[in-house]
Amino acid sequence: MKRWLFAAALLVLAGYLLGGSAWLRPFGGPIRSEMDRYFIENAQAEVAANNVVTAIVFDYRGYDTLGEATVLFAAVVGVVLMLRKVKG
Amino acid sequence: MGNMPFVVSMLLVAIGFLTLIARRNLIKLAIGISIIEMGVNLFLVSLGYVRGGIAPIYTYAPPEAKTMVFPTPQALTLTAIVIGLATTALMLAFAVVIYRHRGTLDAGKIRELRG
Amino acid sequence: MSVVVRTVSRVVAPVALAFGAYVIMHGHLTPGGGFQGGAVVASVVALLVVAFGAERWRKWTHALLPLEDVGAMAFVILAFLGLGATFFRNVLAGSGGLFGAPVPRLGPNPGALNTAGTLPLMNWAVGLKVIAGLGAVVILLSLFGREDG
Repeated sequence: MKRWLFAAALLVLAGYLLGGSAWLRPFGGPIRSEMDRYFIENAQAEVAANNVVTAIVFDYRGYDTLGEATVLFAAVVGVVLMLRKVKG
Repeated sequence: MGNMPFVVSMLLVAIGFLTLIARRNLIKLAIGISIIEMGVNLFLVSLGYVRGGIAPIYTYAPPEAKTMVFPTPQALTLTAIVIGLATTALMLAFAVVIYRHRGTLDAGKIRELRG
Repeated sequence: MSVVVRTVSRVVAPVALAFGAYVIMHGHLTPGGGFQGGAVVASVVALLVVAFGAERWRKWTHALLPLEDVGAMAFVILAFLGLGATFFRNVLAGSGGLFGAPVPRLGPNPGALNTAGTLPLMNWAVGLKVIAGLGAVVILLSLFGREDG
């Protein structure tokens, strides 16, 4: 009973995901984004980096990277706390 | 079909959900969650694709290329990949610890994890 | 593992280490960066663990875990450098000093290593953090379950 309910829910979810993705804007023609245009045009002058993605990751959106580093640190600390050698 | 990449990435997400409800093994649940992450990452990257665009890197870029792919989804996907890696490591560590304490990886046999 | 695996991993490991260092160091010029290069170097740790057994890398975790803290602290300190203007301000870019040169010319160019301000330093900090963190996780996961755990 429970498994059939799960299967029906999965079918509904899969139909929603596939249908929704099929009705999006066509691939390769996104809406013109002012933010991305600014990054592409000004990254070389402002950050002096040729790699625009690195300029975004470490300069324009540095707070994201700080949170990401925090998540990685927390995960490593959790793994070490669980797997370390227990005394006694 | 103009947007087959979106459909394929969402198919990956659906396959991951199928794994989550059809399997009981904790390692396979971790694999399912990783498949969902991969689908979402592919979806994000393909959202930023511009037809005829090159990678947003100026080092030895072909000078005849006019447009560049949107860089912001790529940067956010990089963040998402690293966070997915961290959560995968944490899930595997949980699975190892549970196996050591209970002697089983079946989520149905572990009373505290029964949904 | 067998002698074939050990010999091949002895040959492959230095090459993969050099490739990881290249990916980290050229993160502001070519595809790559701290996270990607760190993952490459951590895969070298996984290769060594598979080839030579996890037991002989146990004491590495005591060195790798402080290294991760060093990487995280270096990243935050580099972010605090720009506190005269804002947090994460790229103070070194265009200053003419270390990594302070402008790009050779706007638009497509061959690229110069001495550009981009704090970005290469942050790449190294994050790369160190990822190397140490993932390496320690790989070693600990492979060590767990032994008799002396």
